[in-house]
Amino acid sequence: MKHVLAILVENKAGALTRISGLFSRRGFNIDNIAVGETVTPGIARMTITVEGSDPVIEQVMKQLHKLINVIKVSNLSKEPSVMRELMLIKVRADTGNRSDIQQIVETFRGKVVDVSPDSMIIEVTGTEDKLEAIKMMLEHFGIKEIVRTGKVALLRGTKTTRES
Amino acid sequence: MILKALEIEGVDQIFGFPGGAVLPLYNQLYDSPLKHLLVRHEQAAVHAADGYARVTGNPGVVFATSGPGATNLVTGIANAYMDSVPLVLITGQVASYFIGTDAFQEADITGITLPITKHNYLVKNAKDLPSILSEAFYIASTGRRGPVLIDIPKDVFDQEAPFEYNQQCHIAGYNPTYSGHAGQINRAVKAIRDAVRPVIFGGGGLIRAGADQALRELADTAKIPVILSLMGLGAFPGGNSLFLGMPGMHGSVTANYALTETDLIIAAGVRFDDRVTGKLENFAEKAKIIHIDIDPAEIGKNVNIDIPIVGDVRLVLEDLLRKLKPGNTAKWLKQIESWQAKYPTPTGSKGASSSLLPQFVIRELSRLSEPDTIVATDVGQHQMWTAQHFIIPAPNRFLTSGGLGTMGYGFPAAIGARLAAPDQRVLCITGDGSFQMNIQELATVVNNKMDITIALINNGSLGMVRQWQEFFYEKRYSHTILAECPDFVKVAEAYGVRALRATTEKEATRAIEEAFQTKGPVLIDFVVNPEENVYPMVAPNHPINQIITGGDF
Repeated sequence: MKHVLAILVENKAGALTRISGLFSRRGFNIDNIAVGETVTPGIARMTITVEGSDPVIEQVMKQLHKLINVIKVSNLSKEPSVMRELMLIKVRADTGNRSDIQQIVETFRGKVVDVSPDSMIIEVTGTEDKLEAIKMMLEHFGIKEIVRTGKVALLRGTKTTRES
Repeated sequence: MILKALEIEGVDQIFGFPGGAVLPLYNQLYDSPLKHLLVRHEQAAVHAADGYARVTGNPGVVFATSGPGATNLVTGIANAYMDSVPLVLITGQVASYFIGTDAFQEADITGITLPITKHNYLVKNAKDLPSILSEAFYIASTGRRGPVLIDIPKDVFDQEAPFEYNQQCHIAGYNPTYSGHAGQINRAVKAIRDAVRPVIFGGGGLIRAGADQALRELADTAKIPVILSLMGLGAFPGGNSLFLGMPGMHGSVTANYALTETDLIIAAGVRFDDRVTGKLENFAEKAKIIHIDIDPAEIGKNVNIDIPIVGDVRLVLEDLLRKLKPGNTAKWLKQIESWQAKYPTPTGSKGASSSLLPQFVIRELSRLSEPDTIVATDVGQHQMWTAQHFIIPAPNRFLTSGGLGTMGYGFPAAIGARLAAPDQRVLCITGDGSFQMNIQELATVVNNKMDITIALINNGSLGMVRQWQEFFYEKRYSHTILAECPDFVKVAEAYGVRALRATTEKEATRAIEEAFQTKGPVLIDFVVNPEENVYPMVAPNHPINQIITGGDF
């Protein structure tokens, strides 16, 4: 099963290496990873999607917690949360099929953010399922390039994942 | 500034080896009251600091230069990390403006040691030094202990900065749990009360936490037999009737049978290493397990735990003690006694080609040394024979490389112990393979007139590997036979170390007696039966009750 972990970490040199190194060293698989600042200066938040059974995830969380730079680790998959990922897709497009593509993009509430004579870039945000679905729909036009941010997530309601 | 911080932290002994990038530091050391032991290889500095830390309980401090100086520390750091030994290592680095340019003697030692340190630092600015040093000592010596490395570029040593040192430090992401959860402790008390065949299985955590007294009271009160891992030896008196020895691969038959038949394991400061558990699926199938450890990540890592208790093992055992009533385990103890009677520790093969057996040598060393003797071992057969035959009556007297299994650990560790405990006998039991991995330290012991007895169990081979080749690789002795090379007596004498040789039991006893009366370093070359194997043995990844006994029973 996939788990989404939110990790609050001191934004210090090497902190990212410590975390990514820990995953490879202990044989845990990272699906995707997103990093960014938080409201507190000096503290970054990593969202890591990791595949594994419950005992494996428990061990991942404990090992992460042992890192001195790591302040907090939460498993957001265990509670109601909003999870999103952003994807940019460059797809082959010409005057003949541009409107077909446009229609698909609208259905998925995406945006066309760039157009050239033979291609378009589409921006789409959503859950993993949704991104996979639009990707599949666009495949037969010819996908030239894809980039994804990795999943980010917040707990629903007033609860937060803050440093204290 | 660094030396001042070390003084505030109560450091009095440093182990190290100078070089270009630490010249400013060594220049300061020149008129410092701090003592520094010059070794002959940086690896020996870490092992010596490790031995020093295990005996005193305080962090061992190491200095080394950049590049090769720092990389030579790596094995020692990994060794200390695996065995949870507190160390603070200070390495020089090339000047900060050279970092990343592949400068002369540059190595990314913080990168290299990331997975083998509890934490590490690259200091960019001298003003950060006081807080980093204070954090380093705090992290190394609290929670689950471990090595912390501080890498300091040469130009940072020379920077001026205000020195405000605060030993109290707060680190947001580091808050070890010391007292056990009351609810879990109550569950543990109930489980102990209900158990019919309980055992205590303790490890190195007991020693680090100073829990030996609490353990003894617990075992005596509840009448529970005690099994200790290699790292735990000394946490419970070796000669006590409730002591069953070490479990696992070369553990006693009784300990392995007890772990197989028990209905409750009280695991304290252990990490269920594969050398202990054997095949995991078959380990302690009938038992509930209480696991007490300061490191939450150890709980449930290898073995499923019924009652986890995160905390300082001494505090938790004391909590348990307050609630426990005298136990009645007479029937179980009777069963154990019958195993003990049936399966004593094997004392060696009969009719061996050489008249001197290594097990006899270890027993004699144990018999003739005082109870407060500190024993440091290397790694291999002699290590296991020492664990089996040398009676370790109290904690901090048995120094061995448990987790990493580092050949070359013992001799430098004995050097560290010598400085840590000037009034106790220090004995290094080593093998001809291991000893050659740090033999250069003979110069260190001679220069410093150190009273250390080196008992070299010389079987002319890398005995433990040879044993595995005999058992599991059809006696194809690929690169494990060292023959009698070099002549260790001559080597020792060339360094100025007194050396004796023993080839018979009589000579062995006489040599030990003589060595123990000699001032300064002495080496005894015990030429022993080369075919001797360590028994009992459980083949790797086999259930621990499937024991190869070597036909001695």
